[in-house]
Amino acid sequence: MTGIAPQVRILIVLAAALLVAALVAFGDQTTLRFVSRVAIYALAAVAVDIVLGYAGLVSMGHAAFFGLGAYVTGALALIGYKEALLVWPLAIAVATLAAFVIGALALRTSGVYFIMITLAFAQMFFYGANAVPGLGGADGFRLPGRSTIVGLSIDDPRVFFLVCVLILTVILLSARRAASAAFGSSLRAARDDEMRAAASGIGSYWLRLAAFTVSGAITGLAGVLSANLALYIAPSSTLSWHLSAEFLVMVILGMTGTLYGAVIGAALFLLLIEVVSHYTDFWAFYVGIAVIARVLLVRDGLLAKLQARLAP
Amino acid sequence: MTTPLLTTRGVTKRFGGLLVSENVSIDVMPGELHAIIGPNGAGKTTLLNQIGGQLVPNAGTIVFDGADVTMLPVEHRTRLGIGRTFQVPRIFGSFATLDNPAIGALGRAARLFGVWTAIHALPGISNEATAALGAVALSERAAARSETLSHGDRRLLEIATALAGKPRLLLLDEPMAGLGRDESLRMSALLKVLKGDAAILMVEHDMDAVFSLADTVTVLAHGKVIASGKPDAIRSDPIVRASYLGEDDDA
Repeated sequence: MTGIAPQVRILIVLAAALLVAALVAFGDQTTLRFVSRVAIYALAAVAVDIVLGYAGLVSMGHAAFFGLGAYVTGALALIGYKEALLVWPLAIAVATLAAFVIGALALRTSGVYFIMITLAFAQMFFYGANAVPGLGGADGFRLPGRSTIVGLSIDDPRVFFLVCVLILTVILLSARRAASAAFGSSLRAARDDEMRAAASGIGSYWLRLAAFTVSGAITGLAGVLSANLALYIAPSSTLSWHLSAEFLVMVILGMTGTLYGAVIGAALFLLLIEVVSHYTDFWAFYVGIAVIARVLLVRDGLLAKLQARLAP
Repeated sequence: MTTPLLTTRGVTKRFGGLLVSENVSIDVMPGELHAIIGPNGAGKTTLLNQIGGQLVPNAGTIVFDGADVTMLPVEHRTRLGIGRTFQVPRIFGSFATLDNPAIGALGRAARLFGVWTAIHALPGISNEATAALGAVALSERAAARSETLSHGDRRLLEIATALAGKPRLLLLDEPMAGLGRDESLRMSALLKVLKGDAAILMVEHDMDAVFSLADTVTVLAHGKVIASGKPDAIRSDPIVRASYLGEDDDA
């Protein structure tokens, strides 16, 4: 699918590995915190790209899965459960179940209606979290501490960053694998032409539901990591519809339907905000201009331009 | 006397007050090429859509190979062996040409949820895709992105995608439409080869093609079957001449 020469591919992988190693070796706390956030949002963006790029569906509800992952992690931490092997699967399971139910209903519609229904469900969770006083309501709450993995601490920012990168890498490679296998191919076929797909023996509903559910699970995992990074959870930062839109912007900024593009887009998006917000409070305005410029000037996505240059 | 592969009995479809299929009963025998002709608006495509499952009839039954498929979803019919193409060719544009029939083979095998092996590495799938592309003589375009193909090649590619699903009945909606002269001849030659392997139910306006290829011709007008029989009998049928062949020869 990608037209990158194998030698260049190896170089890219090496460069990425070097970058991670350099960050771990020389990164200060602030930098490590930032790149951990990039890895976490990249994970969510990859999940959103599964739905947007492969199933061809615009979900405005992914903040719900992100928030559920975060809130379950936080709520369990409040009552003393911090072991990742217990807490993380549980948090992911809740996000997965929500994605399955929301997907099952939303996928009976398409187009604008799909966007509206996913948005409506996510808003239910947003206002729900606002109304739970035990979890801080609109103010949110502070977590007593990070999860432990098999009893081991991930408080060291270098360790935490490596955990995030490892998870992102595993998910990214697995998703790439599934994308060129029967599952991803069938999904794309139904996206290209639903009628032709059905007439080829491929019904789209269960395929899309599976994709939406897996995507929700991965987004839930990103929420789990996010709660562990920030150690503070509020509806506005984990469940707001802005977040759903930001995930979409990240994917589009990179390139839809490639999964790698989502990672690049997430990094670029957060970097832009980081840099611009140093100079002005109105960073959203300039980031917005950057996104518009990107869509108008580099139509196929930044990754496509890069690929064209690197083609053998 | 062999039993028909496909039987429709009393198939009726209404769009609001408009009766587009009225009590349509046809039989398609195994291996025959059965053409449906009739003026525009006669309900030819609507009938094909009800057999393919894109539409559900208001009344009547559709039996394929002994099984009642009247209410069966499209993808299940495909897996039973009803393949089809559309009036405007439909392809998976973002896929390589070879991967279009690969999707057809994948759907037929109902192997949609594999997450590990790339579809090119699935032995059954890639062999069937290569064979189907070869059958329509598009092998040399195998690696091209399919949305770059010409209209005629898209028609051939869609047939290859249907063929990869190993159909026993192939529904073709105007396979000649929009083709140049050479392309039409190529398509006719292809259909001649294909029939026999699979029964073909074809809607077509190209009367030369219909009368040179068809074993049976059914004439529809205003949703009703007004004649059905051997091509020679249809050609000389006075009712058919009056309602269609004589006055509206858009071949």
